[in-house]
Amino acid sequence: MHPAPSVIVFSVLSGAGFGLLFFLGLGFVHPSGLVAFLWWGLGYGLAVIGLLASTFHLGNPKRAWRAFTQWQTSWLSREAWASVAALVLLAPMALSDWLDLGLPRPFGWLGAALALVTVFTTSMIYAQIKAVPRWHHWLTPVMFLSFALAGGAVLAGQSFAAVLLSALAAVLLAIWQVGDGQFARRAQTLGTATGLDRIGEVTVFEQAHTAGNYLLREMIFVVGRKHAQKLRAIALALAAVIPAALLVISGEVWTFALAAICHLIGALTARWLFFAQAEHVVGLFYGKR
Amino acid sequence: MTCLPVSTEKRLGLAIDLDTCVGCQACVTACKGWNDQGYGVPLSDQNPYGAEPSGVFLNRVHSYAVQPIEGEAQTINFPRSCLHCEDAPCVTVCPTGASYKRSEDGIVLVNEDACIGCGLCAWACPYGAREMDAEAGVMKKCTLCVDRIYNENLPEEDREPACVRGCPTGARHFGDFADPDSKVSRLSAERSGYALMPDLGTKPVNRYLPPRKKDVRQDASILAPLLDIKASGFAGWLDRVLGKI
Repeated sequence: MHPAPSVIVFSVLSGAGFGLLFFLGLGFVHPSGLVAFLWWGLGYGLAVIGLLASTFHLGNPKRAWRAFTQWQTSWLSREAWASVAALVLLAPMALSDWLDLGLPRPFGWLGAALALVTVFTTSMIYAQIKAVPRWHHWLTPVMFLSFALAGGAVLAGQSFAAVLLSALAAVLLAIWQVGDGQFARRAQTLGTATGLDRIGEVTVFEQAHTAGNYLLREMIFVVGRKHAQKLRAIALALAAVIPAALLVISGEVWTFALAAICHLIGALTARWLFFAQAEHVVGLFYGKR
Repeated sequence: MTCLPVSTEKRLGLAIDLDTCVGCQACVTACKGWNDQGYGVPLSDQNPYGAEPSGVFLNRVHSYAVQPIEGEAQTINFPRSCLHCEDAPCVTVCPTGASYKRSEDGIVLVNEDACIGCGLCAWACPYGAREMDAEAGVMKKCTLCVDRIYNENLPEEDREPACVRGCPTGARHFGDFADPDSKVSRLSAERSGYALMPDLGTKPVNRYLPPRKKDVRQDASILAPLLDIKASGFAGWLDRVLGKI
């Protein structure tokens, strides 16, 4: 699949933002005054910038409001609702922390839960697609939630962030291992896709068109896959291993800041791979993957 | 709404005969020609006369070489367009309700005024039936020529999809698969018509009719007796003399 920068930036930043809002909403930290404004502001900023970035890849962003209408069937529509609901429901808690209004903590719990629900709905946009076998697996939501929780814990300055980062490393290794075999497990080939395997072995004789088209650009993205293994090592190190090691060595504020930057760069790399390595079954018709 | 209808009164679709399709691309051209000025925005082209042309087509014809275990290899031309699935994944993923399946005839359509161009429906389709229009930023797909098949301004013989009307070999058939006596239903039954990638659970309406069984090649040429020419007369005498020298 084509790794659209807007979608990568959106899902990584909003994931980390909603992760941070989750921990702030649950009251893992009790900031007040300016610190509270900046901390909650970081959470809201990441989440909102991410959501805005997601509209950049739309053909008609001016109609984006319509995405709220189809929550009964569409995970993308559910994501729109969950994200707005989380941001609205957490607002009283954020204001209370900032202005010392003394609102009881349970006011933030529902919003915190919805922050994670938002991340889950984002992940289901991809996990629901049967035509992309690598994504169509329960590990996809697990991976998105792991990123949100680990990134959120780092941004919230939590001492247990190192544990969540280690868990993230395990999830990444698992999803790569499982993902590599997903296409083969679907057992779809050019022969089964066209149904011509009932006659014999099928090969492409002539392509349907000599020039590129939307399908080839969007779904049959093959550039950069050859460096996948190196990029995986980089993603694993930057997103999980190095930040975890940093936090084990020191619990200072600057260590958390460094770990957060490191984690986000790693997360962007991993998310790029998530798209670039995903193969759509339509590639079979072209003899490509 | 992007909820799928529980059932549709008709199940309009195509039966595509892989035996008679010669891969001439007439259906591709007919489709582009009609839909460029019919339903919704035109099918735009980018850089059409440049080095890297690109454009939207609702129908593509692939050519495959198929090698049976025994016998000669075959060239099979394979048109690929929307299959108007009963359980269309492209419809349910749509966040805006732009994608929908009609309950009266089962045609899957895009309401372009509501399409935000997110591309998720194209991702959800296993068959590559949807292409985004780069000019208008909306998703384009086969409409089964909904603006032809019910169009009473057209002569009756033209009230079928442009690809069907334009096919010079009669390889494309249009009709109602819900009616067991329709031409397409009978063709599909007679010729063991099949659906594409049924294991993905999309329940396509369109059927592909596999190529008929081919004759076995005869190793002895039927022209052989004609080639065995016995010269007679002066040529025969010359042949014998020259053969002895």
